[in-house]
Amino acid sequence: MSDATALDYGFFSFASKDEVLEKSKEYWNPGKTSFWSESGVPLVIDRREEYFIYDVSGKRLIDVHLNGGTYNLGHRNREMVQAITVAMQHFDMGNHHFPSLARTALAEALIASAPQNLTKVIYGSGGGEAIDIAIKTARHATQKRKILSIIKAYHGHTGLAVGTGDDRFSKLFLSDNEEDFPHVPFNDLEAMEEVLKGRDIAAVIMETIPATYGFPLPNPGYLEAVKQLCEKYDALYIADEVQTGLMRTGELWGITKHGIEPDILVTGKGISGGMYPIAAVLVSERCAGWLTEDGFGHISTFGGAELGCIAALKALEICNRAETRSMVHYISDFIGRGLREIQATYPDWFIGIRQNGVVMGLEFADPQGAKFVMKRLYENGVWAIFSTLDPRVLQYKPGILVKPELAEELLDRTEVGIAKARADVMSERKFR
Amino acid sequence: MVDTMFEMPLDPAGVPRGRAMIERAEWAARAFASYDSATVQRIVDAAAQAGAARAKEFAEWAVRETGYGVAEHKLLKNLACSTGIAAKYRASDYIDVVVDDAGKMVEIPRPAGVVLALTPSTNPVATVMFKITLALLTRNAIVISPHPYAKAVCAEAARTMAAAAVAAGAPDGCIQVVEEPSIPLINALMTDPRTDVILATGGTPMVRAAYRSGNPAIGVGPGNVPVLVDATADINATAQRIVDSKSFDNSILCTNESVLIVEEAASAALLNAMTRAGAHVLSDDERDRVRDLVFPDGHFDPKWVGKDATAIASAANVRVNARTKILVAPFDLVVPEEPLAHEKLCPVLGLVRVPTVGRGIDAAQAVLRITGQGHSAAIHSSNPQTIMAFSAAVRVLRVSVNVGNSLGASGIETNLAPTMTIGTGFLGRSSVGENLEPKHLINWTRIAYNSNASVPMANFAGLTPWHAPEGVVPTYPRASNDANAAPLVPSTVAMSNDAPDELRDEIRRLIIEELNAIVRG
Repeated sequence: MSDATALDYGFFSFASKDEVLEKSKEYWNPGKTSFWSESGVPLVIDRREEYFIYDVSGKRLIDVHLNGGTYNLGHRNREMVQAITVAMQHFDMGNHHFPSLARTALAEALIASAPQNLTKVIYGSGGGEAIDIAIKTARHATQKRKILSIIKAYHGHTGLAVGTGDDRFSKLFLSDNEEDFPHVPFNDLEAMEEVLKGRDIAAVIMETIPATYGFPLPNPGYLEAVKQLCEKYDALYIADEVQTGLMRTGELWGITKHGIEPDILVTGKGISGGMYPIAAVLVSERCAGWLTEDGFGHISTFGGAELGCIAALKALEICNRAETRSMVHYISDFIGRGLREIQATYPDWFIGIRQNGVVMGLEFADPQGAKFVMKRLYENGVWAIFSTLDPRVLQYKPGILVKPELAEELLDRTEVGIAKARADVMSERKFR
Repeated sequence: MVDTMFEMPLDPAGVPRGRAMIERAEWAARAFASYDSATVQRIVDAAAQAGAARAKEFAEWAVRETGYGVAEHKLLKNLACSTGIAAKYRASDYIDVVVDDAGKMVEIPRPAGVVLALTPSTNPVATVMFKITLALLTRNAIVISPHPYAKAVCAEAARTMAAAAVAAGAPDGCIQVVEEPSIPLINALMTDPRTDVILATGGTPMVRAAYRSGNPAIGVGPGNVPVLVDATADINATAQRIVDSKSFDNSILCTNESVLIVEEAASAALLNAMTRAGAHVLSDDERDRVRDLVFPDGHFDPKWVGKDATAIASAANVRVNARTKILVAPFDLVVPEEPLAHEKLCPVLGLVRVPTVGRGIDAAQAVLRITGQGHSAAIHSSNPQTIMAFSAAVRVLRVSVNVGNSLGASGIETNLAPTMTIGTGFLGRSSVGENLEPKHLINWTRIAYNSNASVPMANFAGLTPWHAPEGVVPTYPRASNDANAAPLVPSTVAMSNDAPDELRDEIRRLIIEELNAIVRG
């Protein structure tokens, strides 16, 4: 680098962070760019390693957003980098039409890892596409069109997936379609049965814990009952394990903690190792019919790219190690206890902890509470994001390989951030 | 900003998994470090009993897998290193806070954390059991990297003890074992900054690598044991002890006698008595054939490690009695170019006759100039002046007196700390000069008051920072709104805490039988 203050990356360079932000608004996304600056999170990520991301200013943040588990294994995980680097000496994305080495190997590994009833794998390039595949598959298998999901659900932004979600993202693009995508309240079995009774529902799609809704936990027995209702009314059960899979709940797939064998299971985000985009849909034999009937039914140039498959194989292997599982249990136990202690200090402000493994939602006593906490945590070196569909709740998602000392540091910083956000809200209320 | 283009070196196979084990151990060690002594004692007993219950099977398995040693001797060591060590040391000594009101000090024991244990092929299972038991007694997490020649039996022994320990309440992952040891993996584990201490028992290159790792290490040097017999010794008893000790586990231990140095006046009687006890004293021709066989080109041929004396004799075309347990090879001068003066990992005992005790001490020193400084020597004598002169002159840190050195130096037939790891101290380029014992795996935090009498010391009686775990450690991650639900997927394989009664009785019987056999000599 010739100029120490310039942001020169060889591939491109900027004179300053301000220039990046200006051009980001000009050429990329003015809405998002402004939003973060105004929210007190003026982040432009530079270096990234382990569970740390660094702003271009040099500020270090502990990442407990992890892009919904994409960075489960940390940023630029050493094993992931090595696997892809080696793979690139031989593989590229591959040709999506032909049988392939890496796609076959990953499919076999995924099936071995999953509930026994799942037998085949279909690839997408991201979670949204994978959800679309799951919906198309359910429609084909049942010859029914409707997909039932919960109010405030979120399953992605692609053509079909967006319909299952909150209209926050569909109306904007005139893509809301309550007729084909009915919604019922979460944790409300009666409402669900009422809709399923019509027997015109192809599938119920459920995140095992709804992430963007702030990780409200399913009532004990709720998911199990939903599965039973699906069986009763001949609807399929699609488990969206994009955020709850890959050991985040302390088992490889969160749905297995409920003893449920879903008809379709969707994985994305973390399966990429944070290094090469890929997503996958695991389907039962009943659902797999179209793969025989018309194997060209869904085509995706990037879906199941071979480099992505190798990334996914490595990510799956790391997630599924006995050591990793054990560590997730330790991390979940340790951070859970630490958070409960913090909660005991500020019970009027930090009013709830939703936790299953390292999937955590922290509830605060203000409709926008998590935005205050997010800002103060950012100042104190922690990056955690509020829940878009319930901003009282902060998504707090530690990695599955966090070390004890980092867990301690994270809790120290979290305590301070929560205390400061409480003071912010209290003083604001005084002036309201 | 992109600093420089760099190439990340590729990790050899197995290394990432090994690092994951160390990380898991770090979590386990943190949890373990606050356990109370009652819980720890329960864990130690459960793990030791589980190991002892399979001691015989593991002894036979070790002989089968490595191809050397004597199963019945390995059984004895396996028992000594599991239930024996557990009985010898109480967890409370390494956990409970010590209050010294007179000295105005309070001492809090602090475990090392993550112990990396390298174990040898010669004492494979016993060393695994020994190090695990020491780690548990001191609330350390341990990762075992066994010698590749004995990896299967060692892994099974470690898993057996781990399952019992966890079932008794130990933190998950506090005992782990490398299934596929390799040099790059061992190097990665030794140099990992999360490794708190390395216990290196094995060959010199491995021990030196442990010291070079940058991490605290307790390594041991090699042995080459001289044994001096003077004219004042009880000849018959001495002969029996030497034959038994030299033949113990077919002489694959670093504590087996290497060179017998006998005062000329006692020589004939001793050799006669040793012959009656199962030794075959080689003629000069026979000696040459055995030397050429075992040390072709002057270097020890590893295929003879731990083989029976009769097998070696037969291969060397030496006719011996079928009950022969050791071969005695006479030579004149202890010098480096004499192969028989070097460590021999088989039941061949060098023999040097000396005119005086003084010359005998010189010969013993010559043996140790070749190798084995800081390790051990033995003497059979009733003259305290001789014993003193020998012990002061010979550069070792333990001298077994009127006892076989195999079980003498390792504390099984002496009151030294019973051990599978002989610290060779500064003489042997090691950080520990004692037999390895639990105290070497802890440090103490000392609360030190103002010594001035005007400053009072508070009353610490009954205070403890430790507590029993509330349940399984770590707690299984149940959903926070469903805290009472039983996990559908069990976090560990359930296993009974206690060995069944009949098994315990069988173990007890075996121990008593073995100990009696030793006492009978």
